[in-house]
Amino acid sequence: MTHSGSSLPDLPNSTSTSGPMSEIRSPPPDRVLEIVLENVLHFLTCRRDRNAASLVCRSWYRAEALTRSDLFIGNCYAVSPHRATSRFRRVKSLTVKGKPRFADFDLLPLNWGANFSPWGSALADSYPWLEKLHLKRMSLTDDDLDLIARSFPSFKELVLVCCEGFGIAGIASIAANCRLLRVLDLVESVVEVADEDEEVMDWISCFPEGETHLESLMFECVDCPVNFEALEGLVARSPFLKKLRLNRFVSIPQLYRLMHRAPQLTHIGTGSFCASDDVAVGDQEPDYASAFAACKSLVCLSGFRDILPDYLPAIYPACANLTSLNLSYADVNADQLKPVILQCHKLQTLWVLDSICDEGLQAVAATCKDLRELRVFPVNTREEVEGPVSEVGLEVISQGCRKLQSILFFCQRMTNAAVIAMSKNCPDLVVFRLCIIGRYRPDPETQEPMDDGFGAIVMNCKKLTRLAVSGLLTDQAFRYIGMYGKLVRTLSVAFAGDSDQGLKYVLEGCPNLQKLEIRDSPFGDAALRSGLHHFYNMRFLWMSSCKLTRQACQEIARTLPHLALEVIDSQEDKADDHIEILYMYRSLDRPRNDAPKCVTILQ
Amino acid sequence: MDAADIKNLKATELRLGLPGTHLEENNVIITEEKSSLSSTTPVLNNNKRPLQEETSPANNKDCGSKCSNNNTDDDAAPPPSKAKIVGWPPIRSYRKNSLQEQSEAAGGIYVKVSMDGAPYLRKIDLKVYGGYPQLLKALENMFKLTIGEYSEKEGYKGSDYAPTYEDKDGDWMLVGDVPWDMFVTSCKRLRIMKGYEARGLGCAV
Repeated sequence: MTHSGSSLPDLPNSTSTSGPMSEIRSPPPDRVLEIVLENVLHFLTCRRDRNAASLVCRSWYRAEALTRSDLFIGNCYAVSPHRATSRFRRVKSLTVKGKPRFADFDLLPLNWGANFSPWGSALADSYPWLEKLHLKRMSLTDDDLDLIARSFPSFKELVLVCCEGFGIAGIASIAANCRLLRVLDLVESVVEVADEDEEVMDWISCFPEGETHLESLMFECVDCPVNFEALEGLVARSPFLKKLRLNRFVSIPQLYRLMHRAPQLTHIGTGSFCASDDVAVGDQEPDYASAFAACKSLVCLSGFRDILPDYLPAIYPACANLTSLNLSYADVNADQLKPVILQCHKLQTLWVLDSICDEGLQAVAATCKDLRELRVFPVNTREEVEGPVSEVGLEVISQGCRKLQSILFFCQRMTNAAVIAMSKNCPDLVVFRLCIIGRYRPDPETQEPMDDGFGAIVMNCKKLTRLAVSGLLTDQAFRYIGMYGKLVRTLSVAFAGDSDQGLKYVLEGCPNLQKLEIRDSPFGDAALRSGLHHFYNMRFLWMSSCKLTRQACQEIARTLPHLALEVIDSQEDKADDHIEILYMYRSLDRPRNDAPKCVTILQ
Repeated sequence: MDAADIKNLKATELRLGLPGTHLEENNVIITEEKSSLSSTTPVLNNNKRPLQEETSPANNKDCGSKCSNNNTDDDAAPPPSKAKIVGWPPIRSYRKNSLQEQSEAAGGIYVKVSMDGAPYLRKIDLKVYGGYPQLLKALENMFKLTIGEYSEKEGYKGSDYAPTYEDKDGDWMLVGDVPWDMFVTSCKRLRIMKGYEARGLGCAV
């Protein structure tokens, strides 16, 4: 077992047959090949390639297991921590994903699971050299964070996305104990902050004195005031800091000071972007634009909480170099957006609210010729007849932004024609997610279902791997997906389809399908059974408010022993056999024992 | 979470599904008053299950104490005329809560403005204007047109355009008919009408 960075194993005592007393410490012939292989495998970084390599033969399996340093666990319940740490002995970087995505929309009970603790203990035992930890949709406590902070002396990087269960104390422990910390990114996580009468812990002051190794600090979601003096001091002594995302308690004048302290910043998340209490009426406000001019390497801007659009012109100096702009928490209209966006010629990623209207999208299309990713979120989430963005906006974007690869578009109305136009104008699309907020909405011009639009997307966008559908959809839409969506890995369906046939088309036609999430659609037991040949190849299947019965799920559980079928029901005694939620995933280990009462795991 | 004023969505919503397949009752439970969850029995369509409105596993007491589901109220009766589907549209609570905070903090009254013949819908914050003159000036600037003079008897003279609004009762009124404060609280959306329609509205007073 190797313990240093080198791949050469401790040599066994020489049993060379070439000489009785020779202490030639050359490895036996079969080991030579393994050593060569290990050295070569170091160059393999893509996990899919590594998975393939591990299947060649036993020695390749062993060599690959010894050399994999980045471990990705797509479902925390697919393997036990023990199984993972037993196979992979030299992991420096670990990614674990927990809850299914529909948990984000309150469809999963709060204490469902995805607890980090078992992983924490296993990691502390097996990987004392751990450097990086990325967690998504996991539940972790302050104690878990404390364990991380104290167990890994080389720890460099902590990224928590959509996590919950911890508070300021845990963050403070990381700040205080991880002396080599480079990255602390807390993204869209729910952080327990003190009640109003309690004092807020000053976690920023917990960073040790002296120069830090910090390269990235993101605490937008830590929703409590920070000690600004300490923050400014921290930024001043972090010469490697490139990415800084503040929370809404940092004001514009404070941001101004921070930017002048750290002109090397490349990614900035502003705090609140409105008139500050710090500045009295009549005071001369600093020239905020000068701060944006001083940060010459700025490529990514986000934040803009509580925006007062009057302050937007401050970012003009940065626009020409911006590749990423996130205004999705900023309610700005078209007239306020235009002077900004018309300068953003290099923009590749844009997140906005639909408050910019179709007219704003027109301005984007006219300028951002290099746009790769667009997300348009709704301000108003009610199901209405009209909305500020529509097929008009989608069509102009498709005409102007030909390099588009990923789109998420919320709207109240959409036509097949516009979707078809996008499928033809944007052949590089990899991700197409359209959410027509009004359920069962047909094409308002033709009164037809939206089948043809989505059909065109799967037909024409040959690189498509992720698709989310909406609007009025019949089984025909799914027939198209099954026929043409051969590369689709993730599919999201809601309030769609007519019968079991719809789901059958997909399960039988999409060989690369890995993640399938369905809600409120009339798919039942027969449809579920049609996927038996494929379920082991999938990461998970989610079906809620469909037409599944417990009996059918039980059958499947018996037929496929390595599948965990979690049936989640809010009512205990039910008259009929129909279930509310099925969450199904492949798993190499016994069913988990940390599930709440409303979850039954069928075997 | 949202403003509580969705009355009868069916009446205002244009929905034309495939004839025969999708009935007008598409399982959205919209009632004026809901005394308890069980009193709303959805109309069942052959192919569709009743929607689980305002019920979700998160409500179940067995599943833990803290409930972050903003869509449901406690044991008391839910507010009337609220038709909400849990988790729809699919927007993360984090994002919804952030925007909610902002709009509440800002206290703006946002209404949509449409103009006959214009391709884009606009949005304005009525709170920003002190009275009708400022509002009309803003509309003129926004749509590059002249609106003309308001008179009680004859509506808007001197131009082809007249600003109208839909009030809380669903009636279309001429902007200026009621005192400003009443207008601000009752206006749901604005529409700049063109031609004879506008004149007709004015004369109906």
